[in-house]
Amino acid sequence: MAAPQQQSEIRYLNPLSVDVKKKKYCRFKKLGIKYVDYKDAEFLKKFLNEQGKILPRRLTGTSQKFQKKVAQAVKRARHLALLPFVTDMMK
Amino acid sequence: MHPQFTKNKKMNNYETVFIATPVLSDAQIKEVLGKFQGIITENGGQILNTEEWGLKKLEYPIQKKSTGFYFLVEFTAEGGVIETLETQYRRDERVIRFLTFRQDKDAIEYSAKRRAKLAGKAHEAAAPAAPTKPAEVEEPVKTEEE
Repeated sequence: MAAPQQQSEIRYLNPLSVDVKKKKYCRFKKLGIKYVDYKDAEFLKKFLNEQGKILPRRLTGTSQKFQKKVAQAVKRARHLALLPFVTDMMK
Repeated sequence: MHPQFTKNKKMNNYETVFIATPVLSDAQIKEVLGKFQGIITENGGQILNTEEWGLKKLEYPIQKKSTGFYFLVEFTAEGGVIETLETQYRRDERVIRFLTFRQDKDAIEYSAKRRAKLAGKAHEAAAPAAPTKPAEVEEPVKTEEE
């Protein structure tokens, strides 16, 4: 099956599904967390990139309901200097 | 269930955190905390929980200071108290940052659990061979009207 594909000029019309994409999920729904605590800076760092920006939910898989709460918690933590507003090499 | 629903008045659960300057002595720190607890109770609020997080490093400098004393106070009060409290925060030079917000129902649940956990830990630390009596989490709430 691989031989005819190698002979043709256009090898693959579609990318081969070698690696099955891992389905993203909302960790709050899965773990049953209802409230995002702004006091827990280490936990909130999972939702930040190394510059301290909030990651979009298309990357983290968080549901919209909890993305809002995460954003609120991160902003509260920033205000209280538990998290930085801007930084480099946080991780 | 919750003590915030007394007669006529709408009581909410609030949570406030403030950061005091690191230059204070132990006695001064107690005084600052006592002052703000006093403001809450004098205005008809009821303190549910107080935590001292101690001297913590700030993630970014505030007023050229890199550390601060953190305090958390949870209380129930009417909305008007918040304005008084925050005015006092602004006037007090020893407070370099503060945050106050109303707890929604999930936050109330979460903080009750958190208090129970912390009380349990403190209880264990105080008496390792503790009896089966549950840790004191909430003091019984008494109102004068009833």
